[in-house]
Amino acid sequence: MTTSTQLLDRAGRAPLADHHRSLGGRAAAALATPGGAVYVLVLLLLVATIAANPNFGDPGVVIRFLGRTAPIAIAAIGQYYVIVSGEFDLSMGAVVAAQVVMAGNLIGQDDSRILPVMVLMLAVGVLIGVLNGLGTTLLGVPSFIVTLGMMLALGGLVDHLTGGAATGNPADTFREIGRGGIQDVPVVDVIPYPLLILLVLGALASWSMRRPFGRSLVAAGDNADAARVSGSSLWWLKTRAFIISSLSATVAGILLVGYAGVHPSVGQGYEFTAITAVVLGGVLLGGGRGWVLSAAAGAVALELLFVLLTALGVESTWRATVQGLIIIAAVAVAGRAWQRGRRPRRTSPSSRHLTHHQPTPGTTTGDN
Amino acid sequence: MRTPLRSRSLRGAVASVAALAVLAACSTDESIDDPAPQAGEESASETEESGGGEEWFVQADFDEQDEQRSATFEGDPEQPWLQYIDGEMTDTADYTSNKAQKVCFANASISNPWRQTGWITMNQQLKVLQDEGVISEMETRDAQDDDNTQIADIDYFISEGNCDVFVISPNSTAAMTPAVERACETGKPVIVFDRGVETDCYTTFIHPIGGYAWGIDTANFLVENLEEGDKVVALRILPGVDVLETRWGAAKKIFEENGIEAVDYFTGADPTKIKGIITDELTKGDVAGVWMDAGDGAVAAIEAFEDQGVDYPVMTGEDEMSFLRKWEETGLTGLAPVYSNFQWRTPLLAVQKIVAGEEVPKEWVLPQTPITEDERADFLEANEGMPDGHYAKFGGEDLPGYPQVWQERQIP
Repeated sequence: MTTSTQLLDRAGRAPLADHHRSLGGRAAAALATPGGAVYVLVLLLLVATIAANPNFGDPGVVIRFLGRTAPIAIAAIGQYYVIVSGEFDLSMGAVVAAQVVMAGNLIGQDDSRILPVMVLMLAVGVLIGVLNGLGTTLLGVPSFIVTLGMMLALGGLVDHLTGGAATGNPADTFREIGRGGIQDVPVVDVIPYPLLILLVLGALASWSMRRPFGRSLVAAGDNADAARVSGSSLWWLKTRAFIISSLSATVAGILLVGYAGVHPSVGQGYEFTAITAVVLGGVLLGGGRGWVLSAAAGAVALELLFVLLTALGVESTWRATVQGLIIIAAVAVAGRAWQRGRRPRRTSPSSRHLTHHQPTPGTTTGDN
Repeated sequence: MRTPLRSRSLRGAVASVAALAVLAACSTDESIDDPAPQAGEESASETEESGGGEEWFVQADFDEQDEQRSATFEGDPEQPWLQYIDGEMTDTADYTSNKAQKVCFANASISNPWRQTGWITMNQQLKVLQDEGVISEMETRDAQDDDNTQIADIDYFISEGNCDVFVISPNSTAAMTPAVERACETGKPVIVFDRGVETDCYTTFIHPIGGYAWGIDTANFLVENLEEGDKVVALRILPGVDVLETRWGAAKKIFEENGIEAVDYFTGADPTKIKGIITDELTKGDVAGVWMDAGDGAVAAIEAFEDQGVDYPVMTGEDEMSFLRKWEETGLTGLAPVYSNFQWRTPLLAVQKIVAGEEVPKEWVLPQTPITEDERADFLEANEGMPDGHYAKFGGEDLPGYPQVWQERQIP
């Protein structure tokens, strides 16, 4: 309990100290946190990619890249809500696959079905989120298991409906959402619709995290008991997080059908990519800390890494291994950057007295 | 005060990544002594060297299949599913029976459109043979792409299946060999088709010419239509499956010999990945050709070229309808290699021959001829109304239920 009071104490002091510094100083401080370090990582990867393949420096190429990264970034934003509240959503990939197959089978070549089917898809997304949320909160089953079960159930359903193979693509008008964009834009040539959707959802997410809902959610992830005592309705709070997560997977699904077409393998591994993106974005696994937009940046970093490996011509059989090692290294480095970022605070005049307490257990080990 | 500290951590980050890159590079070299366990296991008998497709490459098999591409096939060309290359025959006199047979079918999976199309055709063929009183019933167990499940399936059939004939479509080559041997020990006919096993205890092993022939046909086509130094992106479904590895093994060899720069990727047939890969490669530089080890996802690859607004590549896909249609629509220079889907009829027709005491080829090599641009229109017309996942050379036009059963894709 002493550690938690110390953490609160420190958390209370740090923002105040930050506010006394200049804008640049604050930005520097922010970059030294795990949630900020991911932007440095994105920049590093971008520079490395352009160095390996100068064509990638073209604004039109970058904007198209961001367009195709939008679905996974949106999924990462959804996953963020669940993780920051202290839970997991492993059903994400299966939700994407189910929605993709649904779009393919139900819309077909009939334009008039686009709207009703999209409404149905969103409703199914909400339903899955409610089931995940209630299973976790009311039944008290760990979310890891509830959403794993959901993943298997949905996966089985998709297999049953498709036999595991692709059906035809839905109408081109529907696919335009994920494939098209605003044409003839100066400099960048085209602004993909998925990127616009990502920007809107990112703004919404950022706003929601400043609202009481967002703050309570983070509090619930940090200390569920304290959140409950302070009057938050925990089950409704977390259930909403699960609904947001499966809705984001639904949106990702709609964009992916447009981008690439129908195949039951679309969305495979999405839950792990999204979780990795969230962690890479400096969000604490277990909840209670992290920024929502950093999760989206984490997704961009992951995709950039993939592009970089292509640009470097890494052999196909080694690709996954190299990717995995770099992710581990990046998370480790981000964690270190965070620790180093904190250290100067102890030596700064205002908190110099803390250095006298250095040997006291808890001051240095309580950080992570 | 903060800046130097931060830049130190940044340098640290760069250093760590660099160290990792070096590590990764080192381990690449080690792979020569220590091939990936899974791949090593599956190709234990043929592992020579590691890295890319070489470990799957057996020159003798390559040469044999290269010859078979121009071989003469016995039998009626109108019924390619009964044609075979002249060779050793299995005497089946001991199996002669007037009783309707119970067939036990251990299937690897129906998890891709090729297997689904074949499975539909097989069931329509089954109806014919049931009406003729040759087969009483077919009990099928689907292993869902899992070796262990299929081993259990085969053992179940042996002990409790009350089977007269075993039909096995192995999930993987080495893992399924002992189970197939156990089935052989029952003394009943064992028919293996599609992927092979490392034993010859079977009554007959039915398969199209093979992966090397696919690789030779496709790579030769690309070489003929491209210039030396051109770049080809090779899209591969997954590593470790012999029928796919041999396709790439042969193609890679031919690309190397002809100065074609080929880079390969594993896609899992996921159109999202395919599109991302092609887009990245197009950003890097010109892509003159696309090679696929299976046509699933071909449309996504072509769309990537459209979205980038660049010229279509020279491309090899498969005889899947989605590719044939997109090929015609875009007018690109292409070839549709065929891994003869009609082979799914042959095992049940083999049962008919075996119980009649007719000899069957020990290794039943079926014809495997790619569809060229000149033939494309005929196949599109013949398969009009078929779904995108249908295969043009499915060979079920004379079976009951044609064309509705295939059009509606009624998967039993």
